[in-house]
Amino acid sequence: MMSDTQNQRLIQLEDVTKVYQMGEVQVHALRGVSLAVREGEYLAIMGASGSGKSTLMNIIGLLDRPTDGSYWIRGEETSRLGKGKLADLRNREIGFVFQQFNLLPRISARRQVELPLFYAGTPRRKGQQMARESLARVGLDERADHRPEELSGGEQQRVAIARALVNRPSLLLADEPTGALDSKTGTEVLDLIDGLHAQGLTVIMVTHDPLVAQRTQRVITLSDGRIVSDEANGRKLVKWVRGVGHENT
Amino acid sequence: MRILRYLRVAMESISAHKLRAVLTMLGIIIGVAAVLTTMGIGRGAAANITQSIESQGTNLLSISPGSSNVGGLSGESGSAGTLTMGDVRALADRSLHPALALVAPEYEASARLVYGSTNSQNRLIGVTADYEAVRNLKVASGRFLSQEDSKAQSKVVVLGSGVAGDLYGSENPVGLNVRINGQPFQVVGVLEESGGFGPFSNDNRAFIPIEVAQQQLFNATRYRGEYTVSTINIQVVSEDQVDAAQRQIETTLRLLHNLRADQENDFEIFDQASLLETAADISQTMTIFLGAIGAISLLVGGIGIMNIMLVSVTERTREIGLRRAVGAHDHDILLQFLVEALVLCFLGGLVGVGLAYGVAALFSRIPSLTFNVLIQPDSLALALGFSLLAGLVFGIYPAMRASQLDPIEALRSE
Repeated sequence: MMSDTQNQRLIQLEDVTKVYQMGEVQVHALRGVSLAVREGEYLAIMGASGSGKSTLMNIIGLLDRPTDGSYWIRGEETSRLGKGKLADLRNREIGFVFQQFNLLPRISARRQVELPLFYAGTPRRKGQQMARESLARVGLDERADHRPEELSGGEQQRVAIARALVNRPSLLLADEPTGALDSKTGTEVLDLIDGLHAQGLTVIMVTHDPLVAQRTQRVITLSDGRIVSDEANGRKLVKWVRGVGHENT
Repeated sequence: MRILRYLRVAMESISAHKLRAVLTMLGIIIGVAAVLTTMGIGRGAAANITQSIESQGTNLLSISPGSSNVGGLSGESGSAGTLTMGDVRALADRSLHPALALVAPEYEASARLVYGSTNSQNRLIGVTADYEAVRNLKVASGRFLSQEDSKAQSKVVVLGSGVAGDLYGSENPVGLNVRINGQPFQVVGVLEESGGFGPFSNDNRAFIPIEVAQQQLFNATRYRGEYTVSTINIQVVSEDQVDAAQRQIETTLRLLHNLRADQENDFEIFDQASLLETAADISQTMTIFLGAIGAISLLVGGIGIMNIMLVSVTERTREIGLRRAVGAHDHDILLQFLVEALVLCFLGGLVGVGLAYGVAALFSRIPSLTFNVLIQPDSLALALGFSLLAGLVFGIYPAMRASQLDPIEALRSE
């Protein structure tokens, strides 16, 4: 199965299906999704609610396993891995950013960011250093000792991004990252994510907002558990601004 | 140490939810404080009883007449009147009873004491001079009865502190007169206050020469030509001679009382050791009983912990989901919640210990209480051990629930 190109592919899904048993009824959340994402790509997943985008997101994020099909991350087939191995992969390879930030209450930003390192078993000194660096990366090193209650929504989301980045993951997985923010702070957070991508980070963003999706290079649209479109986005814009083309798959 | 890492997480979570933590701990705090104070009360009371028995000397024996047996009907212990002054004289022979140091008989009856217009009804004890040493009595003023008083059958009396107070108020009665059952006596001494309850306390007794009591005041019954006595107190030469003393007494008394081999003793010998044993039995039962009540409150506290931990798991579903997302394993979540329950219980236990000491300090300020609340290291260890155990037992189920939450469901929850 493994071709040469697969090595450059950060993630690859092959005919992934997901079936939930809801009492008597079987719900087909995904009906055969195949998708490859290269390292450094900036991708949006769109779709109406119930289209299966959350399920796809959970599978890519290794929170869930496909019913059928295969999923490789960094060349490692994950659909048969145990819970513990999946937890390790999540810790190492994936940084999550959620709509509701999901910060722990009454704990300083620094400690929020150190959280993934706790589960990675990173020594404390080194973890503190890494957390400091990560907070600096999102421009919050000045507010490291503030608790979520003392931070604005935008700052909270930046803390969440710092937390997602702290263990140097291969992939940033953002689920409606601006859904709980006003448009100004939302733009700031998206600018930050754009900047991270520009530094080489692979970003997958789930959104229903076309304006958000516009910022990415590639938009996947899901409907009824299938990918109905997979197109390069803003090609003209990119060409016009940077003068370089975007290679579509 | 991995556990120490969870300890930090637990402390963080506890300090982030202080009110919830205090409410969770409350059951354990009260439980531990209850266990410690109830056991402390049991032990304090026991120590008090033991002390009062030991203050009379552990080498004290007392002989009582056996129960009367009229037509197969047994009377109460001591009702037979089989002990006499003859027995006392025989036991006083050191060559036959080398284990006996002092022999001090008692003849006890109730009498009315009158001074001026005040009077009181008291136990009057006829004793000899040796009684002072045998029963470890302390004279506050004047003197105790002497051998001369006995020989001359002097009408002199030594009063317990309570009796002296009742009759004479703050006046020193030594040298003054008192009428006992209408006959004039001179007060020669007053005892120190000894404490204790009711008629058994020396404070409420008066002492006169035994011959005066038997022959002049009460017209005591005779048995085989000798005046009867109520009790014979024996001081044994040393503690290790107590058994020997008992054998010597038994041999002599059976001989004097003409008992055949198949007849039972018509007297009973009590030693302080058996009294101590009884007291220890009672206090142990009491301690176990009180401890059980405390343990039940600890159990209730533990169930409270489980209750609040379960609510807390539900409340913190999103937190659990997030921890899963950033790489927590099942055992990470399990240990986090378990360590949190353990820390809560242990902290609750410590606060409970503090509270128990507070209660003990409060008890010691109540003047009418003759004993202290004794909190000993073993009950401390027991209480803290039990609170940790409660944390383990009642924390494991909520922790397992937390670790088994589906991360997707957990992240989705509002």
